[in-house]
Amino acid sequence: MRFAGAIAIALLIAVPAFAAEIPPADRRSGYDFMKPDTKAMQDEDTANAGMLWVLDGEALWKRKAGAADKACADCHDDVSTSMKGVAARYPAFDKATGRPIDLEQRINACRSNRQQATPLPFESRELLALTAFVARQSRGEKIESSTDPQLAPFIEKGRQLYVQRQGQLMLGCTSCHDENWDKKLAGSAITQGHPTGYPLYRLEWQSLGSLQRRLRACITGIRAQPYDYGAPELVELELYLMSRARGMKMEAPAVRP
Amino acid sequence: MARDVFRISALFLAGALLALPGGAGAQALSPYTVVGDAIPEPLTRVRGDAARGRALVVERSSTCILCHSGPFPEQKFQGDLAPDLAGSGSRGSEGQLRLRLVDASRLNAATIMPSYYRVAGLARVGTPWRGKPILSAEQIEDIVAYLVTLRQ
Ligand code: HEC
Ligand code: HEC
Repeated sequence: MRFAGAIAIALLIAVPAFAAEIPPADRRSGYDFMKPDTKAMQDEDTANAGMLWVLDGEALWKRKAGAADKACADCHDDVSTSMKGVAARYPAFDKATGRPIDLEQRINACRSNRQQATPLPFESRELLALTAFVARQSRGEKIESSTDPQLAPFIEKGRQLYVQRQGQLMLGCTSCHDENWDKKLAGSAITQGHPTGYPLYRLEWQSLGSLQRRLRACITGIRAQPYDYGAPELVELELYLMSRARGMKMEAPAVRP
Repeated sequence: MARDVFRISALFLAGALLALPGGAGAQALSPYTVVGDAIPEPLTRVRGDAARGRALVVERSSTCILCHSGPFPEQKFQGDLAPDLAGSGSRGSEGQLRLRLVDASRLNAATIMPSYYRVAGLARVGTPWRGKPILSAEQIEDIVAYLVTLRQ
């Protein structure tokens, strides 16, 4: 009987082996796994629903807000130069808190400190719109987050969260995105889980969503307790994912099935 | 009754040989005895029902066909992370299949196949699922009853 060997094998593998990281030459964006019609949606600005948020973001960028009565544009000049490549460098080290913060948190820091306005809630239309507008300025730029040496301990924490098995199903991110990215989970491509397209329009959500929303969905999928929006663990995961995708091209706002 | 007594004492006798689920929530699980690579005795007194077992296997909430494919022509979306379930009954005995479902990680510590009847040793389980096994003892028996019929 074929099952008979299993016990002997189990004794040999007392500790699960660490999954090897994907070699740079084999890294592929989620885009590569999509059907041609979904790719076309992402490629054509007129078909890409994420562009609606980008347009909203542009309006918000120019609108004065808060006690300071200043718009983002008042401090940052021409967005296509001032914001070019910025999203490709986040999460970044924040001196004020001594921790990495992601792009949404950076935008909210500007709102609180510079505009003296109330921070925007995570996943609110406004925050997604501003983030999409800023991220859009990095389309085609190579991801270079995580080069700051102060980030190293946080990247390592993110990596530990990524390989840790958790939830009622006791799976780790690595179980799917490193070990099984060429396979299908109930018919849908698993992909390598690269963060190149965020915020992105997901057909399943019928909305734009942040990377944190995606991570919380994967965590709930393995029936683990999702971290709250803005939790240090989610930012560390984002940071690790960006370091894992270093050199890949930004595609925000991407489209995914 | 007699059988329960037997099973509980067998468990007691086997003692340290068995790393059975421990911890607070574990009391809700029926005890079982692992012999070699199998759990020869059913988890419930009532035999499993193969028709219910098939329905459970293809149901998304049971998670099986997220990873596995099988002889389910009516199911459009099946996974390919795991062996095809066709022929399971020829490859494993009823007891071997039972242990696979209850706790596959005992057979292969690195497996991605979840332990369907375990509550201890898990990490960060989400509130709706905490303290409960993925499947009940009855559901495990129904699925085992179905898998043994998959002969090649
Ligand atoms: C059981 C399998 C599984 C596990 C475990 C899992 N994911 Fe996913 N993940 C998926 C599937 C399926 C998708 C959807 C395919 C897609 O859009 O790329 C996905 C999508 C993603 C994406 C979006 C990729 C893109 O191109 O937009 C990221 C990022 C991601 N996962 C990260 C993670 C992280 C981090 C963890 C652990 C906390 C994790 N995943 C755990 C299956 C899994
Ligand atoms: C997350 C993935 C995953 C899920 C969900 C899953 N399995 Fe598995 N299963 C596997 C893998 C991988 C194997 C191969 C052996 C191993 O890794 O231990 C396996 C092996 C098996 C085997 C032995 C197959 C053989 O011929 O060697 C059976 C039977 C089985 N699974 C049944 C089920 C049933 C029934 C369910 C649902 C109640 C289920 N599995 C859910 C991944 C999964």
